This record gives sequence, C-alpha cells and structure tokens, in this order.
Amino acid sequence: MAVITMLAKYKTTVKEPGIPGVLKMMEDVFSFTPNDPRSAKKLKVDFRNIKGHKFSKDGSKQALLNLTQVPEKGGGYIFEFNNFADRNVCRDFVGKVLGKFQTLTSEQTDQPSSGKVTASEKATASIEQLSTKEMEHRMKLLREDSELQKLHKELVFGNVLTESEFWATRKALLDDDSDRTLKQRTGFKSAMLADIRPSTDGQTNKVTFSLTPEIIHQIFSEKPAVHRAFLNFVPVKMTEKDFWTKYCRAEYLHRTKNSVAAAAEAAEDEELAVFLKHDDILANEARRKIRRVDPTVDMVADFSDDYIHLSVHGILQDGNKETIDSENDFAKRTLAHDVNRHATVVLEGRALDIELRDTRAVAEALARSKEASSVDTSDENANLGRQERAVRMTELEDLQASHSLPYASLCIKDPREYFDFQQVNALKALGGTGSRTIDYSLNTEDAYYYLLQQISEVKLQGVHNPVVQSDTALKVLTGLTQQISSTRYNLGKNPQESVLDRFPKRTKDEIMLHWMSIQELLRHFWSSYPITTAYLYNKVLRLKSAMADIYQKLKAIKDVQSDFRHQISLLIQPMLQSLDAAFAHYDAEEHKHSTKNGARLNGFVQ
Amino acid sequence: MNSASAPSKLYSNDVSLLVVLLDANPFFWASSAAASGDSASQHHPTAVLSFSKLLNHVIPFLSSLLLLNQFNQVVLITTGVNSCSYIYDSEEGGAESATGKVPAACSKILLRLEEFLTKDRLLGKDPDKAVASSVSSLLSGSLSLALCCILNSSTKCFFFHSYAGMVDLLALDFGVDIQRIFRSGTRHPQPRGSPDGPEQYVAVMNAIFTAQRSMIPIDSCVMGVQHSAFLQQASYITGGVYLKPQHLDGLFQYLSSVFATDLQSRSFLQLPRPAGVDFRAS
Repeated sequence: MAVITMLAKYKTTVKEPGIPGVLKMMEDVFSFTPNDPRSAKKLKVDFRNIKGHKFSKDGSKQALLNLTQVPEKGGGYIFEFNNFADRNVCRDFVGKVLGKFQTLTSEQTDQPSSGKVTASEKATASIEQLSTKEMEHRMKLLREDSELQKLHKELVFGNVLTESEFWATRKALLDDDSDRTLKQRTGFKSAMLADIRPSTDGQTNKVTFSLTPEIIHQIFSEKPAVHRAFLNFVPVKMTEKDFWTKYCRAEYLHRTKNSVAAAAEAAEDEELAVFLKHDDILANEARRKIRRVDPTVDMVADFSDDYIHLSVHGILQDGNKETIDSENDFAKRTLAHDVNRHATVVLEGRALDIELRDTRAVAEALARSKEASSVDTSDENANLGRQERAVRMTELEDLQASHSLPYASLCIKDPREYFDFQQVNALKALGGTGSRTIDYSLNTEDAYYYLLQQISEVKLQGVHNPVVQSDTALKVLTGLTQQISSTRYNLGKNPQESVLDRFPKRTKDEIMLHWMSIQELLRHFWSSYPITTAYLYNKVLRLKSAMADIYQKLKAIKDVQSDFRHQISLLIQPMLQSLDAAFAHYDAEEHKHSTKNGARLNGFVQ
Repeated sequence: MNSASAPSKLYSNDVSLLVVLLDANPFFWASSAAASGDSASQHHPTAVLSFSKLLNHVIPFLSSLLLLNQFNQVVLITTGVNSCSYIYDSEEGGAESATGKVPAACSKILLRLEEFLTKDRLLGKDPDKAVASSVSSLLSGSLSLALCCILNSSTKCFFFHSYAGMVDLLALDFGVDIQRIFRSGTRHPQPRGSPDGPEQYVAVMNAIFTAQRSMIPIDSCVMGVQHSAFLQQASYITGGVYLKPQHLDGLFQYLSSVFATDLQSRSFLQLPRPAGVDFRAS
C-alpha cells in the first residue's frame, strides 16, 4: 500500500473536538484536508520531520494517533479516528515509514564519505515499502559478509546504484535467510528419564512426580500400552490428571517392589492394572519381529529380542525371584527390559516433529504416525522379498564361475613430474641438434700426460688473483637471480596454491574488489539495455562513469612495475576486455541514437 | 628445494662438512681441451674449462669454505677412471710446506693429485687408445667413499668435541653433512643417452638412497655440454642443488654463492632449481 486515505479529525490537543477531514498518507508526506474548504487547517507534512508516533490504547475513549515532530519544531499532530481499526492501520503505516527513515538516516551517519544529500533522492526514488524487519535483515547480511558490505558501500554510497537495484539481484540471499529454521530433528535423550523419580517430601507422605510434555512423549513412545490406555480412557473415563496419578501410582508400586500390594490395588482398580500388566502391544511387536527373522542370518532380530518373556534373563529390578502369580500376571519388569526398550525407542528416532503442547495432542499425533507406519508394512511383499534374499544368499561360491574382471592397476604418481620430464626431453631434443658430436679417440698416455701438465701449470703459476673478474661475477649473479626468481619454477608445483596467493595481500584484495565491482556493474549495465526510459538512461550513465573509474584504476595496477607484472596483467586483461566491450556497446548505442535523433531533427516538420 | 627429500633435522648452526668430488677423467679433460682448441665456433666459448682453470676456481673455493666457519671441514675426493681416492682433508694436521707461489694446502692438493693420476694410470687395463666418450669415471665409487667419510666423520667429530670438553655438547648437528659433488662434464654430447656410464646405475642409485636416508644432500655442478641424469636424480632425491653454470669463467662465483650455503641457511634461501629431472636409467 503506497497511500492511505482515512477519515480523521485533526486536533492540536487532546481535548479539542477536532476538525473533521481526510488524512492522506504517502511514503514521504502526509496531508490533511479538512472537509470544510474554508478552513485554514490544511496540512502537508514531510515524514522526515516526524520523529515518532504515539497512540492511545485500544479500547480507550478516543482512537488517537499523535505524530510527534522533531524537537526543534516541537508539538505534534493529533488525529482522531472513528474506530481503532482505522487508527491501527494508519499507525502501522506510519511506523513502517518512520522505521525506513530511521535506518536510512543511521546508515547515512555511518558513512560520512557520502557528503551529498542523497537521502532525499533515494527516498523519493525508491517506491518500495520496506519493513523494518527487512531492513534488519539486510543489515545483518551486510554485517556478516564483509565483501558484500564493501561492494555495497562502494556502489550504493558512491551513488552508482540505488539500494533497490543492489538488492534486486540478491533476492535469493534475502529469502534464504528468513526461513533458515533448524531442520534438524532432535532425538530423545539417551538418559532414561521416563523412569520418573519422584521427589519425596521428607515430612509428609506425599510423593511428587513432575511430568513435562517431553517426558510424556517419551513415555508414550516407550510404552505403547500406556499410550493406548491414554487414548481410550482420557477424557472419556477419567481426566488427564487422574490418568497420570494412576500411572504414577503404578510406577511407585513397582519401585517399592511390593508385589502383594500391587496385586491388591490392581484388583481394586482395573485401570491401574493396565499399567501394571505386561505391555501386550510390545509383546506382539516382538513376536512379529521374530517371525520375520531372515534365515540368512540377518541380525535384525532373534528370539532373545523377546525379552519380555524371558524371565530368567537380566537383573530383576526387585532383586528377588518370586514366582509370579499367574492370574495376576504382573509385569516383572527387569532393568534390562527397561533399558532395552528405551534404547530401541531412542534409536528409532523421534517420530514427531511438532511442538509438544499438551498431552492429548501428543498422543493423537503419535497414534497417527504409528498408523501410517504400520500400513506400509505389508506382509506379503515382505515375505517374497525375504525368500528371494534367502535364495541369493545361499549360493555356493565353489560352484560359481570365477569372476575375474579385468582391471587396471592403480598408479599414483605425481603427474607434474611427467610433464617436467617431457619438457626436459623436449629441451634436450632441441639442444642436442645444436652441437656436433665429435668423438675424439685419444691415447691414454696422452690424456694422462695432459692432466699432469695442467697440474704442474697450476703449481708454477699459482692461483690467479683475483680468482674471478668482477664483471664476470656480476653476470653470474644476475643470471642466478633471474633464474631463481623466475616464476616458471613455481607455477603448477603446488596444487593448493593459486597465482593470486603469490601476490602481496594488498594487490590481491584490490584485484578481487575490482573484480566484484565490475561483475556487479556489468550485470546492471547489460540488463539496462535496451534503454527504454529516462531512468534507465541515467542509470547507464552512472554505471558508465563508475566503470570508467575502475578502468583507470586497473590500468594503473597493470602498469606498476613489480615482480608479478606478467601474472597481474594476465589476470587484469579479461577485466579490461569486458569493460571495453561494455564501452563499445554504449558508444554504438549512442551513435545509433544520435543518428536517429539527427534524422528526426532533419526531417522534422512541424 | 624439493620437498620430496627435505631434511627434517633442525640445524642449529651453520657448521658444515663438505665433501667435494672432483672428476679427474683425463679423457674428458683432454678431449674437451682438444675440442676447444679445434673449432671454437662450434662450441660455446665458455662451455669448457681447462683443468688448470678448474683448479684455479676450486681451490680458492675450498679455502673460502674454511674461512666461513671455524669448524667447517672440507674433504676432497677425486674420481678417476680406474680408481678414486681421498686427496685432501682439512682436518688433517701435519707439516705443510708452502712451495713457491702456492699456499700450503694448495700444494698438498696438487701433489696428491699427481700421485693419484700416476697411480690411476698404472691401474688401467684398458688399451692404449680409447674413445673419449666411452670412458666413464667411477662416480659410484667416489660417492661411496664420500658417504663413508661423512658417516664416519660425524661420529668422530662428536667424540672429538666431547673429549675436548665443549660446553655445547648438545650440538649434535655438528655433523651436519653437506656433500657437494663436483662432476665435471662427462660425456661428449650424445643425442640419446646419458653421459654417465649405464653400468654404474645400480651402484649410483644405491649411493643416492644411502645419502637420502642419512639426510645428506648431494649438490651437483655440471660442466660440459650435456646434463647428467644421474646427478639430476641425485640432487632431486636428496634435496640438493643441481646447477649447470652458464658462464664458466665465473665458476668461483657460482660455487661461493650457491654451493657454499650451509644447511641451516638453505631453509630460508632460494636456490636455483632445474626445470625438470631426467629419470631415465640409461
């Protein structure tokens, strides 16, 4: 919404009756026109003069909105609306506009380099509605990415691009951020907190259990019988509180290892009995799993998984081995049972992703997810699949033909050495043909005699003084230096290193920055063609001047005399070429445009 | 410096032990002298050096090394056609007589060289005439001699210092071993095939790997027209410097600026590297 028009009454103080009229709000100004054309209270105020806004609470006697001015002017404009809805609409609008202005001004104060009053131009030129949230978002992006910030600073505050244009190409960045929620599914805690430990009050006989939705979720996952009971009983038979009380009582009875008392209470209260009995759902599941065991030794399950029915296994939680009264059939839940069940549930992962608000919702959601998963498993197909696998696994390897596939042996060598070697060979081939092969056949005697003669010559003459002539020495030294500093030996030796890394840091940063700026500018430049409006034309002019600046800078870098001159010029060359292409296009378009205009002028007949 | 065989020892001082292998293959030197006398336009004017000039560069180089550090040690070994021998060891004491224009050490070297050559000639069983290109000098033998010397002397030196009650006993790096091999240009140019005798390949490679294990860099300075594959490999594998000087008049300058660097300095100095290494075995 760019403009809001609302009926309102304007007043300077709260007590006044107010002058009825029409309040019109736009992005940068708001105006008030009284209904009575003779009244002198016409207003047209720029939002920049408005510092803040105050409003009366919803539900109070008057729906007021007070736009306070900057402290120099003092006072404010109070508008009374017919109802709160209208007032709220206006209030939100004002809030947005003020927010936009505030962030713009804060940006301005941060960048003193832009001395020009560009805020007004920007504010009038930008037609979009910016919420404060979006502004914050952009600021955050700029803060996090220093390169982006540099680019932004250079282009937007150098008055080359406007904010909107800058961010237009970066919608992906803005959108991505907003819904970057944590998609990670957290699982259950591995600590067994479903084993609720009550806090006992030493003085009274009360035992307090504390249950959170998290704990409840875990209980439902681990004990499907309790889950079923919850779905059945609550809220039909008992309230949730009662349900949990009974559950906690059952747990407490377990803990106290008083099986007689447990039997007694269970006889009284059939719901309680549910909690104390074996979890039959679990038992069914376990039996089903065992039936599905793969004969080809698939370690998914074997009969010891049915730990519920193993009575001699594990440490009994109450330490003594009493025989179970068969008719009561209470669960002798051993520690092993609990631990195993908990571990299974934890490893299965959290079935629900929703927030845990209340128990009912949790229970239902869990039931739904269980249904979904049980529908998938169809026994028929599973059986077939298992049979097939069994057949496959039981093949006898001795009776098979040999599977000797041809393979190429792995050879890990540094390929660069090969290329160096080839280069040497090439050099040799070139150099070898230069010199003639003259073989001398010598007399052994003569050879030795020659050497001995040489030695005696040295003896006679002594060592030369100076050993080396100074100019020869200089030649040698310069040759060595050139050879050492030649980059030929460094290129391509280290795969992790790039040419850019060998430059001094400042040069590298400069080149990178220029590169990014050029990318951005060229993108905008080429997207502005064909030029249809004056806006685009101005934009192109601005871009062109910025590009010319960078062009000069690049040329300056290229001309700097340094060791890396060659590499730098190789890097900069494509940048200059792209800029040249842009300039050429611009000139061509200008030329076309001017010839067209010229023709029109000439042929213009009024 | 190739990282393939960079020494991992940390050198705490710049003491060095240098073993120089000098190639005294008479056939090569005589033939190169003949060639240079023959047609100077064919060969590069500075491609060959006469043996006396070589000695004029090498001997001052050895002396300058001894000047660099009080504890530096220099050993000179010659490689002949039939034998190799120690020529000079700077640790040796003994009466040194200065003869005429030549300083004492120098005269000792020259004397020993003469003796060596005469002995070498006597050892030779080859026919009287030989084609210069087919006679190779015993690189492997001299490498082995050098390695023995170094590995032997490192222990010796340690004991020496502990006996003399040096304060800094922990300077085990004293035996920091630099071995430089002088290999004067070997064969006459052959388009295919290394100037080194192929029959020595195994022995030379053994020596090279020994040096690598003991972290002894082998530097090579090659004269002559062709590169030497053996020495290239040696320098590459052991992390030494391989150089074929362009201006042989300034050989001393090459020696003192490149080959006189001790191992500690090599960690921060940049030394010339060859463009590629020839790994062929021929």
